[in-house]
Amino acid sequence: MYTLTEDQEMILSVVREIAREKIAPRAAEIDERAEYPWDIKKILCDADVLMLAVPQEYGGMSQGLLFQCMVIEELCKACASSGLILMIQGLAELPIELAGNEAQKRRYLPRLATGEWLGALALTEPQAGSDPASMRTRAERKGDRYILNGTKRFITNADVADVISTYASTDPAKGSHGISAFIVEKSFPGITIGKHENKMGIRGSTTCEVIFDNCEVPVENLLGSEGEGFKIAMRTFDRSRPAVGAQAVGIAQGAIDYAVEYARQRQQFGQPIIQFQGLQWMLADMAMQTEAARQLVYHAAALCDAGKPSPMVSSMAKAFASDVAMKVTTDAVQILGGYGYIKEYPVERMMRDAKITQIYEGTNQIQRIVIARALAGTR
Amino acid sequence: MNIIVCVKQVPDTTAEKRLAADNRLDRASMENILNPFDEYAVEEAIRIKEAQGANITLVCMGPAAAESALRKGLAMGADNAVLVSDPLLAGSDTLATAYVLACAIKRLPFDLILTGMQSTDARTGQVPAAIAEFLELPMLTFAAKLDVDMGKRTARIQRQAEGGLVVLEGNLPALVSVTKAINEPRYPALRGIMMAKKKEIKVWNATELGLDTSLVGSSGAHTKVLAVRKPAPRAKGVVIKEDPDTAARKVADYLASVKAI
Repeated sequence: MYTLTEDQEMILSVVREIAREKIAPRAAEIDERAEYPWDIKKILCDADVLMLAVPQEYGGMSQGLLFQCMVIEELCKACASSGLILMIQGLAELPIELAGNEAQKRRYLPRLATGEWLGALALTEPQAGSDPASMRTRAERKGDRYILNGTKRFITNADVADVISTYASTDPAKGSHGISAFIVEKSFPGITIGKHENKMGIRGSTTCEVIFDNCEVPVENLLGSEGEGFKIAMRTFDRSRPAVGAQAVGIAQGAIDYAVEYARQRQQFGQPIIQFQGLQWMLADMAMQTEAARQLVYHAAALCDAGKPSPMVSSMAKAFASDVAMKVTTDAVQILGGYGYIKEYPVERMMRDAKITQIYEGTNQIQRIVIARALAGTR
Repeated sequence: MNIIVCVKQVPDTTAEKRLAADNRLDRASMENILNPFDEYAVEEAIRIKEAQGANITLVCMGPAAAESALRKGLAMGADNAVLVSDPLLAGSDTLATAYVLACAIKRLPFDLILTGMQSTDARTGQVPAAIAEFLELPMLTFAAKLDVDMGKRTARIQRQAEGGLVVLEGNLPALVSVTKAINEPRYPALRGIMMAKKKEIKVWNATELGLDTSLVGSSGAHTKVLAVRKPAPRAKGVVIKEDPDTAARKVADYLASVKAI
């Protein structure tokens, strides 16, 4: 059992209230219009929710990754795109928290905590998805600056972000050991936002190309040392993958809650369809799988909070929870039948939103490689 | 300026309600929250505080568990809280409740008392008026807008009435009950929640307040809940299947027959 403090109980109940009163009623519209939900961002900032992504000594109010996962879950029950507002802030913050020096932390973390600045993380490239070591973006040192050139693809919230944790190679000959991490402010010269993707799900988050054309980054914005980028990225993923798992659990639970309520109301053959054993067993399986996913996510997060992050368990949490979310949301659509397939009901959106959780933050195939390598002792 | 906000803990509006043997709500069996109407009163107090400075004290009557409702008000931005709690008070009706709250308020400095227009559980809306009566204060109820002028020591409200707005003004100290039209309550921010932990909740019992115990609790109640019933299910509507002209005429005839038009 995980015990929460009284404060944490109250924070969760406020988050639930916000999700129920403000986010859920907007979710369909956010999806339909495919626009970043600035109104929801403001509500979350006003309630200090983004502060959960930042340590207390740098202007945040972090209660640990486990609690952050619980909050992400609550937000994603209502709207996965809105949950991403907190998730991406955490994803952009992590490299700075893990590898930044004092000056970098002082400059960026308090602004990310209040939401005055939004963050993003840029790793993926057109030719470097699951294989980041093949990245082509270069960073060349010239005097007191690095000059970045290259294109990043599928960067969540890049266009709304003020600061982008960016990976580029400072020494291509060294492969993954030549990758370095930088804090890039959107206002630096030479950075443009390219194509906006038209996505299947999480349509309330923006996904764009980021083009670096002789982008000038001051040397003091290098995170850690040259060549440490890959390590920083992996340490970031150990902590961000449980958060994606939490998003998946939230989406799955939102779909279960809706399907149960529907099955209680919907009458066929003279009785509510929840009376039929065929559906009861489906719902029981959905609840059982989601609870198992939740516990795995909590365990992965608790390991991080205990200072013992496990790449293997984080990968398990992300892959298991997202596979469960895909299955559970598909079953929720099935329970609603024809109504599940139309946009007047939220479960088709949840099914589309669930799909990305199997893909981003490392595909579930990559997660299985991480798990298998840990088993084989090759990493 | 000292503002007192009277608040109540009520069952979660989304919870399924259960009744105890005495026909009263079985409050222990469900999630309880700060009365949603009272959130508007707390919010209005905070807005006054932000605009012209004030000290806000929440006053609540209830069991020890009602502390969580006070914590929420403190997290929103109230400064202090008083919980009047005593087993003797169980079963108090609206008049007794108002008497207890008035006795507590008398011991506190105040220029303005704010309340929600009613609670979401019993919905009588009687307590604000009864408090004003016990304290012999001007009473401005159902405020959709409130302006407090500390220079002139007045409170002016707008009340939405059929066909227009009623504007009322009273001298401070006064009691004002507010409606949902007055503002949009904020959510407690994390920083507020953390700070609320450091704020003290004073707990007063009947003896400390010097209450006349014959006036409180179920024995002092002037009303008794005889029965609680679920409303009868709504009768099915009438469906008129005709061509549009005839259907419109029939609808109009029906509305005229019930004097709706």
